[in-house]
Order: sequence, then structure tokens, then C-alpha cells
Amino acid sequence: MASASLDAAWIALGLSLKVALWATALDLVLGVAAGFALARLRFPGRELVDSILLLPMVLPPTVLGYYLLVVVGRRGWIGGWLEDTLGIRLVFTWQGAVLAAAIVAFPFVCKSARAAFENVDVQLEQAARVLGLGAAAVFFRVTLPLAWRGILAGVLLAFARAFGEFGATLMVAGSIPGRTQTLSIAVYEAVQAGQDDLANLLVLLTSTACIAVLLLAGRLAPARIPGRS
Amino acid sequence: MPSCCFRSVLLRPLACVGAAALVAASGLAAAADLTVSAAASLTNAFQEIATAFEAANPGRKVQFNFAASGPLLLQIAKGAPVDVFASADQETMNQAERQKLIVTATRANFVRNSLVVIVPADRAPPKALADLVAPAVRQIAVGVPASVPVGRYTKAVLEKAGLWAQVEAKMIGAQSVRQVLDYVARGEVDAGFVYATDAALMPDKVRIAFTVPTEQPVLYPIAVVAASGNAAAAERFVAYVASPPAQTVLARYGFGKP
Repeated sequence: MASASLDAAWIALGLSLKVALWATALDLVLGVAAGFALARLRFPGRELVDSILLLPMVLPPTVLGYYLLVVVGRRGWIGGWLEDTLGIRLVFTWQGAVLAAAIVAFPFVCKSARAAFENVDVQLEQAARVLGLGAAAVFFRVTLPLAWRGILAGVLLAFARAFGEFGATLMVAGSIPGRTQTLSIAVYEAVQAGQDDLANLLVLLTSTACIAVLLLAGRLAPARIPGRS
Repeated sequence: MPSCCFRSVLLRPLACVGAAALVAASGLAAAADLTVSAAASLTNAFQEIATAFEAANPGRKVQFNFAASGPLLLQIAKGAPVDVFASADQETMNQAERQKLIVTATRANFVRNSLVVIVPADRAPPKALADLVAPAVRQIAVGVPASVPVGRYTKAVLEKAGLWAQVEAKMIGAQSVRQVLDYVARGEVDAGFVYATDAALMPDKVRIAFTVPTEQPVLYPIAVVAASGNAAAAERFVAYVASPPAQTVLARYGFGKP
């Protein structure tokens, strides 16, 4: 029993890390793009778009989970098409868990990226352009390096949020041991079944993993105040 | 970080006040109302029975807590203020009795149910358990056997038929029988195991493929919770569930006589 539950706990931890990493990677690309667009482009309804993109932060995860079920389920608008044309199923798969976690964590990257880009001095970009750099080169060699620290902070928060995601993930991906049963869902399942030993092990593992993430975050994003390590 | 410490100093007393208020509120509710923890499959029938019970007992409000029997037992064991417990299997109630959580003298079986295999209404139904092994059936919803009675019945039947390993490989675990029903009704799984009474709630979305005979009959026991602060009213509710008006309601939802 003890070694079996230890195995189950490690598998759940591995799955949580896999799901959170993929979700964060997705959010990094999409969130930086959206944050940049919101910071630099002027278009009608910009603040409305901003609000909609931030919705996952305030909507209850069960509401997001329900939206996702309706949209990507086998009878959903997108889910039906995905299954018929590409043979891809999202509900009850780890990819579905990634989608749920990515949506829930998206605002953290998007919001901090927007703020970071807005803080970049436009004159520096203009100078680079005058010196002959193209638009892409300006972005990757001037804007992004200057905004990087703010974006990184958001990315770490997004990772932490994705790692702990529960509600939307449970609704979309279910709770299949070894496939979609992440740490947070395994804790719920163990408590429901009265397996307190397993629950204790899982919460200990989760807490340790979260502390490790926070310590790593401290390393990656050193304090802004000079002189403080 | 000073701001962080400041926040926790500020928040901790607030959290304590919140917790105290919650405890007080639940204590008050327990004194005035009757809290019934009942198996998820009883949801619709019990809500109707409660309306009639309240009409017959003026001033008495019935509050329900519907979930799979396993978690309901755990809540009672951890001290949840519950007056009446109705589970979907004998095993859960036996555990309650062993842990001295119920008044044994009040325990009685009040309805019978049956296990069925359902499929989405637009799908061709399998004819026997062995058909579930076919590759066309990719995912099967089953209540988690560790905490959901319908999953326990399912597992026992499939183990006896020598099919559990194959079905387990396709199993989508559900937290209650109603979640199995929901998964099948949405067409997210190809088949599921529920009670006949659950299948009857969604005749346009799910189709009963066949009834699965269970070794142990699906008998629902009900009992007064030992820690109930409301034992007299709890006993009245237990007696009412066995009375002809309540049994008529249960029969209308497809439950059989015990």
C-alpha cells in the first residue's frame, strides 16, 4: 500500500508538472503576443478585448470548465469538428487538462506582459529603428529584453496557477489515474475515498513542490532593489 | 518581505472570525432544520418527498446534502451536522454502523434499484457485458469504486464476468452516479453504468442497453445519525420515507419495494 501510493503520488506529480509546463509554454507565446498587441496597437474596443482576456482570472473555474465542455466536447462546436476531421479528442485527455490550465493561467502572462511592454521607453525602440533595425529585430533585440523581467514574473505566476488548477481541469479532463489525474485532483479523490494516508502524502508532495517553485522563482527573478540579494 | 507579513497578520484574525461565523451559522441551521445526507440517485425523489414531509410537519424545513454515499459517510464521520443518512448500498451503511455513527435500531431498507448499462441515445446499444470489450467502445464511465456505490456494484459484476481489467482500461471515473449519467448524456463516453432510476430521468438523451443482474441486490438503507441533535424529527422523517405517500413517489421515479 505504502509503495503503491508513493508510485501513484509520483505519477500525479509528473503529470501536474507536464500539464503546467505545456500550459505555461502556450501562455508564454499567446500571452506575450496579446500583451504586446494591447500595449502597442490602438484599435476600437481595446479595453473590451483586455477585459475579455482577463475573464479567466475572475470567472469561477467551474464556469470555465462548463464553457470548455460545451465548446470542445464531442458534441461541441469545435470538439465535434476536431474529432471528425483530425481525430483529436480533448475531453478526458491530458491535452484537455493543458487547455483548461492554459486558459485559467493566461491572464497572468497577458496582464504582466502588457504592463511590461507599456513600461518600455518608446524612444529606445525609435533609436533602434533609426539605426536600421527591422520591426522584428527591434522587438526581439530591444523591446523583449527590456520587458523580460516583468513577463517572467507573470510566467512564474501562470505556472503556479496552472500547477494547482482543479475545477476546470476536473470538468474537462476528468480524473483518470496516470492520464489526467493531476496532484490537485488526486488529493480530492483520496479525500473523497477516505484514504487519508494517501492524501497526507499528496499534500506534502504538493506543498514541497510549490515551495520549490517559489524558491526557483526567487532565483530567476532577483529582487529589484539594488543591494538586496 | 514586510508587506507579506503585514498581510498575514491582518488576515489571520479575519479568517478566524469567518470560521467562527460559519460554525455558528451551521449550528443554528442544525437546530432549526433537518439535514438529510442522501445518495445522489435519490435527489429527485427525495426533494419531492421533502415537500410533502414539510407540508405534513409545519415549521420543519428539510435540508439536503446529495453526493455519492462514500463522501457522505466521511462527512458524518468527521462531525458534519447531519440528522438522517440514506446510502445506496449496504456496505457504506455497514461502515457507518461499525463506526457507531448511526442509531442501529432505526436502520431500515426502504427501496430497491437495479444496475443498467446506458449509451448515448444516438448510439447502437451493446447487447451484453462482453460487447463492452469491443474496440468501438472507447470510453466507459464508471463510478469510482472506492467511494461511489454504483461503481462498487459495477466492479463486482465485471470482476465476476472476468471483464474488469478490460473495462478498467477504458474507465472514466465519476464522482457520483449522476456524473456517469451526465457523461453519457453529453456523449463524451460510449457507455456507462447507472441505476435504472437515473437512466429514466433522461429518456431522450440516454438509452438503456440492458439490465445487469447484481450478486448483491441494490438495496438502499436509511438511518438516524447518532450525533443528531434532532433525533425525534429525524425518526419522523425516516418513518415518513417508509410510509405509503413517500413510497408512491419513490415508485413513480422507478424505485422498487425493498
